Amino acid sequence: MRITLKVWRQDGPTSPGAFETYDVPGVSPDMSFLEMLDVVNDRLTLDGKRPIVFEHDCREGICGSCGMMINGVPHGPEKGTATCQLHMRKFHDGDQIVVEPWRAAAFPVIRDVAVDRSAFDRIIEAGGYISTPTGAAPDANLTLIPKPVADAAMDAAACIGCGACVAACPNSAAQLFTSAKLAHLNLLPQGQAERWARTEAMVETMEEFFGSCTNHGECREACPKEISIDFIAMMNRDYVKSKRKNRKLLSQIR
Amino acid sequence: MSDIGYLDGKVPTGPIDEKWTSHKFNMKLVNPANKRRYDIIVVGTGLAGASAAASLGELGYNVKVFTFHDSPRRAHSIAAQGGINAAKNYKNDGDSVYRLFYDTVKGGDFRAREGNVYRLAEVSVDIIDQCAGQGVPFAREYSGLLDNRSFGGAQVSRTFYARGQTGQQLLLGAYQALARQIRAGSCTLYNRTEMLDLVVKDGTARGIVVRDLLTGEVTSHSAHAVVLATGGYGNVFYLSTNAKGSNTTATWRAHKRGALYANPCYTQIHPTCIPASDDFQSKLTLMSESLRNDGRIWVPKNPADTRSPDQIPEADRDYYLERRYPAFGNLVPRDVASRNAKTQIDEGRGVGPMKNGVYLDFGDAINRVGPQVIKERYDNLFEMYERITDEDPYKVPMRIYPAVHYTMGGLWVDYNLMSNIPGLYVLGEANFSDHGANRLGASALMQGLADGYFVLPYTIGDYLAGMLGEKPLDTSDPAFKQSEAEISDQVKRLLSSRGKQTVDQLYRKMGVDVVWAKCGMARNAAGLEQAISDIRAIRDEFWSDINITDQSQTMNQSLEKAMRVSDFIDLAELMCKDALHREESCGGHFREEYQTPDGEALRNDDQFAYVGAWQWTGESGQQKLHKEELAFENVKLAQRSYK
Repeated sequence: MRITLKVWRQDGPTSPGAFETYDVPGVSPDMSFLEMLDVVNDRLTLDGKRPIVFEHDCREGICGSCGMMINGVPHGPEKGTATCQLHMRKFHDGDQIVVEPWRAAAFPVIRDVAVDRSAFDRIIEAGGYISTPTGAAPDANLTLIPKPVADAAMDAAACIGCGACVAACPNSAAQLFTSAKLAHLNLLPQGQAERWARTEAMVETMEEFFGSCTNHGECREACPKEISIDFIAMMNRDYVKSKRKNRKLLSQIR
Repeated sequence: MSDIGYLDGKVPTGPIDEKWTSHKFNMKLVNPANKRRYDIIVVGTGLAGASAAASLGELGYNVKVFTFHDSPRRAHSIAAQGGINAAKNYKNDGDSVYRLFYDTVKGGDFRAREGNVYRLAEVSVDIIDQCAGQGVPFAREYSGLLDNRSFGGAQVSRTFYARGQTGQQLLLGAYQALARQIRAGSCTLYNRTEMLDLVVKDGTARGIVVRDLLTGEVTSHSAHAVVLATGGYGNVFYLSTNAKGSNTTATWRAHKRGALYANPCYTQIHPTCIPASDDFQSKLTLMSESLRNDGRIWVPKNPADTRSPDQIPEADRDYYLERRYPAFGNLVPRDVASRNAKTQIDEGRGVGPMKNGVYLDFGDAINRVGPQVIKERYDNLFEMYERITDEDPYKVPMRIYPAVHYTMGGLWVDYNLMSNIPGLYVLGEANFSDHGANRLGASALMQGLADGYFVLPYTIGDYLAGMLGEKPLDTSDPAFKQSEAEISDQVKRLLSSRGKQTVDQLYRKMGVDVVWAKCGMARNAAGLEQAISDIRAIRDEFWSDINITDQSQTMNQSLEKAMRVSDFIDLAELMCKDALHREESCGGHFREEYQTPDGEALRNDDQFAYVGAWQWTGESGQQKLHKEELAFENVKLAQRSYK
């Protein structure tokens, strides 16, 4: 296969960026998308040019490092697939492929198509955990968890934190990411004690960085783990409740 | 460099089941009010590093956590699929701490330290409680109780799992516990920061020197103790199932500052990976070995057979594992399954376009239990396989081939997980301690979390208690400044490389053509000697002929990779040296000269029942060997047999 690659190149966080176009012959349909970029980078280096910076690590679709807009779609044309699991056989000989970084104010570009997603870590630090100091947990089978509950929690917990949901959203909202973590923890019996405090803190931290949700549903379409937007509804309900509950808990202390 | 002398593993005396309990009582404690007076550096945020940092932060220590990733959650522990072992005996099928201990020592081909392994089995039960408490969504039965499965040929069901994403869920649990401590202020996270040196003064670990990957700035950090939890070195082979960023730089640079590197030749080859499809392949993808529970492995009897697999009648197929190992069949341990696949392929019976695989056939299982049941068991794996190969395993047998997956060797540590350098601790895959020459399935997650949650938080206090009132070494000390200067020089030298090869081209040549070919699944003396001289030539090429065109200090991935590869080259040489000196076959180390008449591994317990720990003497390949003799007081040394 021979493709034309149009890539966003930007030297650093404060430099202006621009698209550059590369002719890429000799692409095997069995290559993954990132292996195609590896080949391009080796050729650029041998030509004395600077290789394209892109984030990647596990190349198994689980670490969440890779992520780029491919022809305007986060992670490219294959549904439920992270960039590293996308293969060139999904494209055609002669195609032009446009590669861009995630576009969101909360994810500033670092270089080329690599962005800073640390706002996600701030949301988790705000309350995305169940406080269980090491050694403090009771026997694991003491808390029975109905299978459908455990399964639903696992569906939400499958999020890989790649940021495709934010990139896909016209408002750059992080509702899908935040609600997935909230649903994972709020559904489980162990997560109940901190449920309302967690919900309020995580939602409000999210709003410091990201836009608002207007129910476009683009996030779910872009999610490589196909996480359901039902979790957003659950988060919204919990958030409203948390305002009342947290105030009530405070008044009881007073 | 000073002489190490006799290597003492410091395993406590007394009966095996009382060692850890009595040791915990005998260790010194740090008063809760004094803990905040201590600084601890943790490098790496995988299962071992994140769990250790979170637990130390909870105890009240000041913890500085370093990762080269953007977030702790990206560490490669996240990719573990299968599960985590624990001797809970929830299934009432005869499991016990002693049985898990026994299986691990035997599975490790009698090259692990008994005391460590017993402790690992003992704390395994606490890990499950801890993780369930954190909200790890382990698989449940309809009763609401935890589900278990048997894994990797174990004869009991002791593996806990969260779909095919157990590593992800356990890591997120540890990451979230760490996030809580970051929020609380007890842990400080330095992300996108790579450790490039260990600073040792007066024989004691004092801190580290790091490079900020976003700015290129080289800085020093000091502490009362340094903890390395930086993973294994499987990427020395270039193609492995490790993440692309996994590297040996932190452990290797600690080695160059005096830490002993133990058993580097013990590398584990996982039998069920997807074979490489072309020369551009950047990494190999592993599929859970649970597939071997239902899949039957075979090759065509005739190497010249070009028929498609469904056209090959039973009579012309060789189910070689079932034929050679009737008792265990397709469920033999990883090393045995891998080696047999290699033999078939070496003899020309490989399948697929590059003749580099063997079939894993689900036809019989689908006929027996129906496609629906197979779908429930393996759907995500079948989907992943189809995504990568464009072949439907419900219709066509899968093609599999072994790939490097885990490294049992690593920095030498004693029972307290402290290296031979006082104040330097090593956890998880980065140390050598618990798996001997071969690791059992679902034991890596167990070891990482055991070290981080339940071992280090106790043992580090014993060391720190004696340092009350001491200040960490000031980072303006010449020891730090000299190291910073050396690193800056290395960066400068690499950035001025204007040769004719890319780093990847040379890296692939070393990993695939030399290390995998000559120090992979089977090794022999002539091949290893050749490999050592090849590696030396590659080192010369590396320092004279690579090309780095990116001159930036901001996120310069070519530079980062070049630094890591330079350490892999040195490690590769030591690996081959270790493999050459170990004149026996055991676990993941198979020397062709030492095998039984029917081709099984032949150990030599009289001469090699020891840990081989290598000391850097100033020049690559000139390491000096130290031995820690292994005593087997509880498990009788025996030839492993799976016939």
